Amino acid sequence: MYDRKTEDCRVLQSIDVEDQGMGQATSQGSALRRRELLTGTACLLLGMSRAGATQILDRLPWEPNAGAPPTAARPGPWQFFTGAEARAMEAVADRIIPPDPDTPGGKDSGCAVFIDRQLAGPYGKQDGLYVRPPFQPGAKNQGAQSKDGPAEQYRSWLGALDHAVSLKFGGKVFADLPDADKDDILKGLESGSLTLVGADGKAFMEQAVKDVQMGFFADPIYGGNRDMVAWKMIGYPGARYNYLDWVDRPNERFPLLPVSIAGRAEWTPRTR
Amino acid sequence: MTKRLPKKDVVIIGLGWTGSIMAHELTDEGLDVVAIERGPWRDAPTDFPPTYMQDELRYRVRHELFLRPDQLTFSFRNKIGQTALPIRSWGAFMPPNGVGGGGVHWNAETWRFLPSDFVLKTHLTQRYGASFLPEDMTIQDWGVTYDELETHYDAFEYLCGTSGTAGNLKGQIQEGGNPFEGPRSRPYPTPAQKQPWGYQLFAKAARELGYKPFPQPSGNLSQAYTNTLGLQMGPCTYCGHCEWFGCANYSKASPQTTLLPALVRKSNFTARDNSEVVRINTDRSGKHATGVTFVDTSGEEWEQPADLVILSAYSLFNVQLLLHSGIGQPYDPEKNTGVIGRNFTHQTISSVNGFFDHTKYNFNPFVASGSIGMCVDEFNGDNFDHGPHGFVGGGYVGHVQTGARPIESTLVPPGTPKWGAAWKKAVKENYLSTVKPGTGVHGSFYAYRDVYLDLDPTYKDRFDRPLMRMTIDLHDNEVKQNKFLTDKFAEIIKAMGAKAVAPSYRTAPYDMTTYQTTHLNGGAIMGTDPTTSAVNKYLQHWDVSNLFVLGASAFPQNAGYNPTGTVAALAFWAASAIRNRYLKNTGPLIHV
Ligand SMILES: Cc1cc2nc3c(=O)[nH]c(=O)nc-3n(C[C@H](O)[C@H](O)[C@H](O)COP(=O)(O)OP(=O)(O)OC[C@H]3O[C@@H](n4cnc5c(N)ncnc54)[C@H](O)[C@@H]3O)c2cc1C
Ligand code: SF4
Repeated sequence: MYDRKTEDCRVLQSIDVEDQGMGQATSQGSALRRRELLTGTACLLLGMSRAGATQILDRLPWEPNAGAPPTAARPGPWQFFTGAEARAMEAVADRIIPPDPDTPGGKDSGCAVFIDRQLAGPYGKQDGLYVRPPFQPGAKNQGAQSKDGPAEQYRSWLGALDHAVSLKFGGKVFADLPDADKDDILKGLESGSLTLVGADGKAFMEQAVKDVQMGFFADPIYGGNRDMVAWKMIGYPGARYNYLDWVDRPNERFPLLPVSIAGRAEWTPRTR
Repeated sequence: MTKRLPKKDVVIIGLGWTGSIMAHELTDEGLDVVAIERGPWRDAPTDFPPTYMQDELRYRVRHELFLRPDQLTFSFRNKIGQTALPIRSWGAFMPPNGVGGGGVHWNAETWRFLPSDFVLKTHLTQRYGASFLPEDMTIQDWGVTYDELETHYDAFEYLCGTSGTAGNLKGQIQEGGNPFEGPRSRPYPTPAQKQPWGYQLFAKAARELGYKPFPQPSGNLSQAYTNTLGLQMGPCTYCGHCEWFGCANYSKASPQTTLLPALVRKSNFTARDNSEVVRINTDRSGKHATGVTFVDTSGEEWEQPADLVILSAYSLFNVQLLLHSGIGQPYDPEKNTGVIGRNFTHQTISSVNGFFDHTKYNFNPFVASGSIGMCVDEFNGDNFDHGPHGFVGGGYVGHVQTGARPIESTLVPPGTPKWGAAWKKAVKENYLSTVKPGTGVHGSFYAYRDVYLDLDPTYKDRFDRPLMRMTIDLHDNEVKQNKFLTDKFAEIIKAMGAKAVAPSYRTAPYDMTTYQTTHLNGGAIMGTDPTTSAVNKYLQHWDVSNLFVLGASAFPQNAGYNPTGTVAALAFWAASAIRNRYLKNTGPLIHV
């Protein structure tokens, strides 16, 4: 998601790479060269740095555009879910956060889109996590010990959910059921009274509740919380950075509408 | 093949808080210093811009600024005899990575420990008798005293511009400050931060219950400040995105704002980022460090020779590097021998959420800073008589809600379903009128014979070295302490006017999946006896005298405060010992 450009180790001081034909020119070149020649370290240090050593003299290693702004979830088709999985996920999201006259539900606020983009990205694949064997079952307080990442888990959960529903409701899938039946199914999974074949229904509900609600409240750039509906609902002003004027106002409602990292609601692109 | 670099006077492992402090002190002394940092260079304008730093998903939930477990992790179990399993994704704590270390994304709650904390064993034995302490508790005195550290605490606070209200000026108790603190030589450099309404209500309720509430000492600055190195910081804007995030305003004390801009200007300082030290090298005698070996991100291995080695890689990594380098005798809990890995401790954190009538209360809880809060210190350390309670230790309690980022801070009163229409309605009604003090109860964690660090028999890191194994559980003493503190805290929240309170106690077994703090301590502790401590009172390794080990790994046990004030004071203290004594006459500073 936020792949920083990978660099070799950078030497954050004074290496004159210019004369070795390796780097960009610097105005401090000759001062640097003198110091490095004096200490006799220039060549050795240069050897270390294949991707180009950062040269720093008397200043911080400022690189233009060095930060990595977030990548907004892009509008368009599902990136991880199949059509059937997406239907199921949207239906689940709409029961976890049902629509009401003031605020849309999980489906229309984009929670399934959020989960889709997360599963298609580094989160789905457990990028950066420790995934070396052996995988041994442990106590809950030792944390997740699964070889499978969330992407594989959702695949098996959603498939097993529709399968269980079709056995029980004569070929129908979860999304086809009336709301009351949907709720019964989800409550059954949550309590463990309803089990899925080849998948842990309880774990599914726990994760789905967490992820749907996360999508609802995360910045809209990730595909959920469309038009900042969740932030408007609760009165959260979003990605503002200065409340100096608001420290001293007991019990007064903050008057401004929320802003997202991408700006105001009108400026935020639709994800689907 | 390992490439050998030219020798330096000093090599520093890890460029976080302690590494930066030591680099500053030793370059001032004229030494040629190189600091080697595992993670990338980070700076406010490029890495924490106010345009996108407020991203809760990226920084809080997905841990953008932290170490990735696939780079390095630990294994964990509660008890000896259990199989430890790897921590595959972070939970109870979050190891930093990158220039600035934890100083980038800490809250900046800047505490001093109590004078009695430094002589804990002696103090408690004198007051209650030795039999009052649990048999397997291995607490110790530090070997250094509060009085010895006072000027160094002061140096750190004036470096940071810490905002606060003094409670004890040279022995005179001050109105509005913490009456229990040790005597300080001067007031805080800047006044305390302003406290929004909810925090004021907490203070009022606490006062009415007979306590003496005071503003939490804060490295989020209450006003513009020019620090002791001439670096300028701006006032905190109460953005509510502080811990887990970097500060975009130059308002939070961090190595980036208080030290690095001055450090990089020095011609005798060099930093290398993206380079992980894998070993401290010693000569054949094993008594003299010759430098370090590190690996850069291309996988290339380098040797950096140096006369003096400063290990400042954060408590856990200090211990892990000592174990991997074969320096010091590893602790064996069965035989009760050895020192590396001994007296590992964490913290006992719990909280009480308060739900208020939303038609009457609107706290605007998103207006906050990382160290905001009103605290009560009556139940910390030995500030109260433990005799009737049957436990030792304590902590501060406070309303220290550091923001209301909505993924984490949309709470519902007890009894509400976890999802569905009723949940949604409850979220909507409660968000603005809920008090969620995060680490509201911030308690001590004392040391035990069976809480320790060693090397795992099964799991390996990416260099094929064994992971370090944590064996840690909560003991009765800590569970009792937490119950006592949490109940006292709940009384105050209730007295604020909450219509429902939801306490969540810290209970055994220790749980690796729920965040507490990143205040892990011990494993290479300081002391007066080389058979029960790894470093002497100057943080100098007992066996390898040209190696100093900085950080909370030196704490013999944890007090009921956040560690960094003390971690930094110890770094200044060790630096002063190196400058004034060690460099004049290298070798052990203490002979036993
Ligand atoms: C979210 C959060 C909030 C916190 N809030 C507070 C607070 O409010 N108050 C408080 O007192 N404390 C707080 N802390 C703790 C505080 O950050 C630490 O106490 C402090 O940073 C410790 O300083 P240090 O120098 O020991 O380690 P660090 O500052 O962590 O620096 C160690 C550095 O060493 C590097 N390193 C590690 N291993 C290697 C290696 N093998 N080779 C090269 N480099 C290496 C790391 O990448 C890191 O940069 C918080 C921590 C976190 C994570
Ligand atoms: S709360 Fe204050 S110090 Fe913390 S990040 Fe925001 S502006 Fe900076």
